[in-house]
Amino acid sequence: MNELLQKLTEATGVAGEEKEVRLLLRDLIADHVDEWRVDPMGNLIARKAGSGDGVLRILVDAHMDEVGMMVTAVDSDGTLRFEAVGGLHPPALLGKVVQVGAKRLPGVIGARPIHLLDAAQRNKVVKLSDMRIDIGAQKKEEAERKVSIGDRATFLTSYEESGRVALGKAFDNRAGCAVLVELLQGEPFPFDLYAVFSVQEEVGLRGAQTAAFGIRPDAALVLECTPAYDLPNERDVGSNVALGRGPSLYVMDAGTIQDPRLVSHIMRTAEEQSIPYQIRQPGGGGTNTAAIQRAGGAVPAATLATPARYLHAPTAMINLDDFGHVRRLAEATLRKLDASILQR
Amino acid sequence: MKELIEKLVNAYGPSGFEDDVREVIRQEVEPYGEVSVDALGSLIVHKRGDGKGRKVMVAAHMDEIGVMVTHVTKEGFLRFTNIGGVYPHTLMGGRVQFAGGAVGVIHSERLEERGKVHALDKHFIDVGAGSREESPVRVGDAAAFYGPFRQQGERYIAKSMDDRIGCAVAIAALQQQEATPHDVYFVFSVQEEVGTRGAQAAANAIEPEIGIALDVTTTGDTPGARAMAVELGKGPAIKVKDVGMIAHSGLVQLMRQRAEEAGIPHQMEVLEGGSTDARSIQIAGAGSAAGTISIPCRYVHSQSEIVDANDAQNSVKLLLEILANPIDL
Repeated sequence: MNELLQKLTEATGVAGEEKEVRLLLRDLIADHVDEWRVDPMGNLIARKAGSGDGVLRILVDAHMDEVGMMVTAVDSDGTLRFEAVGGLHPPALLGKVVQVGAKRLPGVIGARPIHLLDAAQRNKVVKLSDMRIDIGAQKKEEAERKVSIGDRATFLTSYEESGRVALGKAFDNRAGCAVLVELLQGEPFPFDLYAVFSVQEEVGLRGAQTAAFGIRPDAALVLECTPAYDLPNERDVGSNVALGRGPSLYVMDAGTIQDPRLVSHIMRTAEEQSIPYQIRQPGGGGTNTAAIQRAGGAVPAATLATPARYLHAPTAMINLDDFGHVRRLAEATLRKLDASILQR
Repeated sequence: MKELIEKLVNAYGPSGFEDDVREVIRQEVEPYGEVSVDALGSLIVHKRGDGKGRKVMVAAHMDEIGVMVTHVTKEGFLRFTNIGGVYPHTLMGGRVQFAGGAVGVIHSERLEERGKVHALDKHFIDVGAGSREESPVRVGDAAAFYGPFRQQGERYIAKSMDDRIGCAVAIAALQQQEATPHDVYFVFSVQEEVGTRGAQAAANAIEPEIGIALDVTTTGDTPGARAMAVELGKGPAIKVKDVGMIAHSGLVQLMRQRAEEAGIPHQMEVLEGGSTDARSIQIAGAGSAAGTISIPCRYVHSQSEIVDANDAQNSVKLLLEILANPIDL
């Protein structure tokens, strides 16, 4: 059992309320870095001093927030209305178990049982505004004693392993956090490494933007978890990335064109080290790379991600070999990074 | 300017992959100021003033629209996505060129209704490969459109006039400019077509007081065009507003005044689709007074964009007039 992944994915940290994850990460890295601080947005920023051989300042980012829900009102029957925090797909929510607030109060997103649905209702998508979280309160007053408007809720999903896959919530992006923790726990790099465990990625790359602006690094690597869509389909349009085929490397997404010099450096490193990798299908999506790349006077940046199926839903699935390869490729990429790669 | 424009439009430079264009420009501008390249790849030429003027950023973007491979089929055809504003009705039968030199033909799946083109995801590129293994390109490779330079009378025809013509205007102005009171940063920016990203970063670093973008604008002078009071050959267009920016009214006034004083033909522009680097420059850092000198261009974002030689020359003149005189807004 990968205890680091278990601890990190079972912790709660819906965007804007990342304290539990932040404290956990702080305890994991504090003895392995030269200094750490928490900035006004809540980003955990740590500096691991270099061995003195390199002149670069490198930022490595992994966002610690996850998608989830926020309580917006308590109904007279004691059920809770809620809004999505980040991108949630309503059909994935019905009937799922959630934990509400800092005390992790259990609840369920209620669904009318099939016995009570007429034929038309069975084929209809239920809107988020028609869903409620049921914490078992009898009436409004009882619910209000236990939760407040503004409380976050997230899925209650335990971490499981089965063969070479792991199941759990919030691999996006605790998988990235886990890789960054392991990098910090290792030997110093030739350069000063600035680790940013950033907040509020899922609501608009907000944490990374301020962190990068404050650090002004020479280059940045973003560690992520990217949706895999590799199930059989009728047309030969290809999978964006597939589980088990190695780290996913970005070239272009909706928010960035990744620095071509860093992209080729990562590919070259992977080939030299015989680490498998796959190029994520260019097009949509976005990561903190977009915010970091254009912070201040710009930063060359690239993204390395663990592929995961069923992201932004109660249970996602990753391949543990992919995860291990992301860690190895990130480490090798960073150790071989020198100023000549960034010259023009 | 013809040779310069020809060299610039023939260079390869989809957004994010502007290296070839940058090298062409570097050779032209090296003797005329302090040259640097920023982290995103924008080329910046700093020409110092006498200390009495303003800090001015002049921006023309090096990148052009293009495509990127998303999937290679078993049979060796390429599926692709857009880099910047690529429209399906401009594609069929056109060609693209990859950095490695491979050329591909764009076509689409069978049209069920002849009057209706498919969306981008039903188009593909044929590079002449018989299988995935034979394909000279792979997922993540970028390509630019193929549209070689032609002169016909006073008109220049080519791909990527958007915005190599702006680059040509900036280079010519830099080469011809004598003393200026202003501290001028000529920025040849990257990644304009995907969201004016290069100019944003450059402006954050430079922190100009005045920002002037040089870019193309569409015209209203072709059959059935959207009504627009900009015509090819009637001079540089002074932008008042586009979708991303309302130009600083004092700067618009000043541009107009300089054109009138120097007898440079010009027209006023209100653009109802698209924007320029000036959008980013205006709101970068603590903000700046921004505007745009537009070079009228027909068929923008197609593989055959047309500009007028005199419009280009007059744009250079207008920019030189602005930079030679005080900019009091």
